[in-house]
Amino acid sequence: MSLDIDAVKNIAHLARIDVSEKDLETYTKDLSNILDMVDQMNAVDVTGVEPLSNALDATQRLRADVVTETNKREALQANAPATEDGVFLVPRVIE
Amino acid sequence: MTWHTKTLTELSNAIAARETTSRELAEHFIARVEAFDGELNTFVTRTFDAALAAADAADARRAAGESLGPLDGLPFAHKDIFCTKGVKTTCGSKMLDNFISPYDATVVEKLQAAGMVCLGKTNMDEFAMGSSNETSYYGDVKNPWNTSKVPGGSSGGSASAVGARLVPATTGTDTGGSIRQPAAFCGITGIKPTYGRVSRYGMIAFASSLDQAGVFATTAEDAALMLQAMSGFDERDSTSIERPVDDLVTGLGESLAGKTIGLPKQFFADGLEPEVKDAVDAAINEYKNLGAEVKEIDLPNIGLSVPVYYVVAPAEASANLSRFDGVRYGHRCDNPEDLTDLYKRTRAEGFGDEVKRRIMMGTYALSSGYYDAYYIKAQKIRRLIRDDFLKAFEEVDLIAGPTTPGLPFGLGEQTDDPVTMYLNDIFTIGVNLAGLPGMSIPVGEASGLPIGLQLVGKHFGEAELLNAAHQYQQVTDWHKAIPAAFQ
Repeated sequence: MSLDIDAVKNIAHLARIDVSEKDLETYTKDLSNILDMVDQMNAVDVTGVEPLSNALDATQRLRADVVTETNKREALQANAPATEDGVFLVPRVIE
Repeated sequence: MTWHTKTLTELSNAIAARETTSRELAEHFIARVEAFDGELNTFVTRTFDAALAAADAADARRAAGESLGPLDGLPFAHKDIFCTKGVKTTCGSKMLDNFISPYDATVVEKLQAAGMVCLGKTNMDEFAMGSSNETSYYGDVKNPWNTSKVPGGSSGGSASAVGARLVPATTGTDTGGSIRQPAAFCGITGIKPTYGRVSRYGMIAFASSLDQAGVFATTAEDAALMLQAMSGFDERDSTSIERPVDDLVTGLGESLAGKTIGLPKQFFADGLEPEVKDAVDAAINEYKNLGAEVKEIDLPNIGLSVPVYYVVAPAEASANLSRFDGVRYGHRCDNPEDLTDLYKRTRAEGFGDEVKRRIMMGTYALSSGYYDAYYIKAQKIRRLIRDDFLKAFEEVDLIAGPTTPGLPFGLGEQTDDPVTMYLNDIFTIGVNLAGLPGMSIPVGEASGLPIGLQLVGKHFGEAELLNAAHQYQQVTDWHKAIPAAFQ
């Protein structure tokens, strides 16, 4: 299946990745090639087959609803690009 | 001394017999990294001071009669995908070039608790996405057998470092072949255990339903020793399996008489390079000499592994990598206009091409209107592929075949077309989709380059798998070959 440039522009927006006009062409070609390869899946009849999300058929484990983590705010924020008074800073969201 | 020609097991015995010390071994291997790594580029971060301190501590424990066991004081290195507290953890990406992990991965804790001495963090494809180690932000890794060739990927630094004997063992991760393919290309032993056997806590996520940690070493015996220490249930990983760990070491030495090895006919079809086929055929003959029976098996849907993988893995990657937003850690663009601009430019600057391509592929496969056609369809075929393996294992104990379709290729030779690169993992990817344990061991060479045999076991069949590799290594010498430039 082939994608056009507008479709790839939309995908890049959904993925929140800035892609230059020049690179859009390359991504369009590459993604279309990958989708052509993926389209081999169309040859298979999967009627009645359940999707498999865990190869061991494991299910999510539950644990008791108790506190297991202590507060490590300072250690965890040490890697943040911008913080102030213990909060993460981002560009203004609400005017 | 030529300590680098010894196995982990031999080094462990030499320490126990007081023929050497952990300090001497650390210094020896540090000197090897300093002498050779400029050429190979296998290390992203070196932690030599911490390593020497850890070695001295191991020697002190031994002197006090408090050794932590067979791995205590032995040098190794971690793939830079494992979070190491207080040490830079980059995952091969500009996005994490400034990231100092605030905590240790479970694998890091476990090997530390066993007393192992970490010399540093090894180079890798960015976010483990690649089959040649050419997508790393920190440059290409070279193959020790021929430095114009790739070492394989994504764990290329870990594999090349062991191939060149810069360290006797390393950790790795395998999502679609990232331990087995570089092990084959670098002429060493690599194992990826059953999905869920080793904790993924603190292992930077790529595709969560496929990612699994494992080991590179020069022998199956060494791999068993280290995997034993890494394995086990961890409540901090929601997909960790609550099941006791088998004894992987004492079972080595069992005869293969009466065992049946299945050869998938699809793995020996067109497209396999003749040199690889010859070496794999010879290895299978060796298994017959060891008493194993061999029979052809059919994995009718295995040919769809690559298409299925390139829906499932990118889809999961697009979700996992959404955490890199320039807010909490990692790279952040300068002077963002607004929140959307912050996200978009941070991710455009921080991620390399292959990572962006896979995030976009995954975003598309999960987007409204395409989810059923791609993601759900792929998961349905994933079941067919898994069930083919389970059916085959009703008749055979192990499965064997080539690890890769060809010999290590040249640097820059396959970077133009992503799909060509993806086909390198054609024999390894199905094993991840089925969650099975898999290995690669060296079984030959052509044009001075190593060739790997892939062995696949039943779910939780690591002990049997490692024993099969060990038996082969008792009667052959391929695993002892060291590249001439690094002897």
